Amino acid sequence: MTATRVILSAFIGLALATTLLAACTTLIALAPIEPPSKSSFDPAIVAKGAQLAAIGNCIDCHTAAGGKPYAGGQPLKTPFGTIYGTNITPDPDTGIGQWSEAAFSRAMREGVDREGRHLYPAFPYDHYTKLTDEDIKGLYAFIMTRDPIRAEMPPNELPFPFNNRSLIGAWKLLFFERGAFRPDPAQSAEWNRGAYLVQSLGHCGACHTPRNALGAEQKRHYLAGGDAQGWHAPALNAASPAPVPWTAAQLYKYLRTGLDDLHAIAAGPMEPVVHNLAAVPEQDVRTIATYLAALMGQPTADRQIKAEDALAHAKREQAAYPLIDRSELQIASGDRAFQNGAAIYAGSCSECHDQGRQASSGAALHLALGTAMTITTSANLIRITLEGIVPPDNNPARWMPGFADALTDEQVKDLVIYIRAYFGREPPWRDVDEELKKARTGRKR
Amino acid sequence: MITLEVNGKTREVDADPATPLLYVLRDHLQLNGAKFGCGLGQCGACTVMVDGEAILSCVVPISVLQRRRITTLEGLGTLGNPGPVQRAFIEEQAAQCGFCIPGMIMRAQALLEKNPLPSQAEIRQFMSVNLCRCGTHMRVLRAVERAAQAMKAANPARKSTSIGR
Repeated sequence: MTATRVILSAFIGLALATTLLAACTTLIALAPIEPPSKSSFDPAIVAKGAQLAAIGNCIDCHTAAGGKPYAGGQPLKTPFGTIYGTNITPDPDTGIGQWSEAAFSRAMREGVDREGRHLYPAFPYDHYTKLTDEDIKGLYAFIMTRDPIRAEMPPNELPFPFNNRSLIGAWKLLFFERGAFRPDPAQSAEWNRGAYLVQSLGHCGACHTPRNALGAEQKRHYLAGGDAQGWHAPALNAASPAPVPWTAAQLYKYLRTGLDDLHAIAAGPMEPVVHNLAAVPEQDVRTIATYLAALMGQPTADRQIKAEDALAHAKREQAAYPLIDRSELQIASGDRAFQNGAAIYAGSCSECHDQGRQASSGAALHLALGTAMTITTSANLIRITLEGIVPPDNNPARWMPGFADALTDEQVKDLVIYIRAYFGREPPWRDVDEELKKARTGRKR
Repeated sequence: MITLEVNGKTREVDADPATPLLYVLRDHLQLNGAKFGCGLGQCGACTVMVDGEAILSCVVPISVLQRRRITTLEGLGTLGNPGPVQRAFIEEQAAQCGFCIPGMIMRAQALLEKNPLPSQAEIRQFMSVNLCRCGTHMRVLRAVERAAQAMKAANPARKSTSIGR
């Protein structure tokens, strides 16, 4: 290394350090306000804000299980530690009652709280930065007209160095791109509306886009499949692993009701999303479906063949229901795990899943059509097997019992191996042990 | 032949390994406490306990139950000498048609073995899997609370071994 290069490197290092230091300093606090009265907001704007908040699924992270709406306390597990959703009711002391609209807007668009502290990007301001002024106004009006709830938050459980908020400044410098949504003039108004909702308020990429080692979404793998609290959020682009390629109409039905005849039921972290989307303007959900279907594109010939194959598989078994004879298959395989798994499937799953999806509650999707069987990880199938599908309280939706208490680890493994091979028809998963262990430890009862 | 341990006794059963436990209990072992409600794991009438946990016997094949401890309604007490949960259900007159009650009792038993003094919310949460077409749920909830009190009075030293959620 020559002297010039050493000096140059030192200079670049110094410049970087200075920039980082500047980024890490605390920003200015915005003046506190008296909590505005509910009557100071236009009810029409509040009503619009309510629908926007539903599309943003704000309630999910900002409400603890069994807690008051928006009063915070919901743990969000991240690879860096556990963060608690904050109290965003207009309580002046423990919520955001003292926040002006400017402070609210800064938090949404720049990830900085009223006092000037950086917010963790678990709060998806990397998406909300694209929101229009009008939508921010609506959200502010809605949030500030909720009942103020006094609720202190448990402290975040983040180990060093992630407990240091000033580091977020550096993170933003590296990964955070501020700025409004830019419509694509080559696309239709409907497509653009859908793209706006998906990229900003809907923050779909927060789960469906893979993240890098520092927790930032990888922009070049936009909606290519990511992780959400132990679940895999499948790809929403051309890499969609759905056995039957989605159409816009099917996506609409799924997003609106959590259920489409030819695709899996909404489960895990997707469940509250579809629950919220049931109550927003129909047209907004249609635009999201239009945009996502366009993103997935026309299925390739290979995918079409696979889809027809999966549909034929489902149809055959449905036609044979209720007397499907799998004995031949079990003997032919000769594999112990496969045989055990087939017996468990026959005793535990077939009664509902061989019927295929029909109107009655026990008639469940044929597994050859489910995404959990074809994705590259066993995470989702294992979680559904253990926990079942349990809709939130007072929400009339389909219900599947969990098998965590009925099946031992060995039995869950055999079942998963069988289902992957027989219905998913993909190479065996290599992560079954690891995912099973994770799902057992984190299981809620 | 598959060997099962039911209510503390070893039983040999000649049935297909994929047969759900419910049919083996009723058709092979003449243990008719567990009921066939929906056969789809949706109603809870078939609830029994395996290794202390409530399970839906209509969707659990006997192949997974070897060397595990199965408890049915018949294992909790007799007509002449009902167990504390059975007694509480009688005292609260929690049954109307009674079809769901064996499953209700078994789920309550599993709850109280793990969590001897559950809160109202915990009882509701845990029992929510089991449905009653007659609408006796309020009496069922009272019966579970009564059973908890009775079991505590009989054995005040008992502590919760694990709390839900």
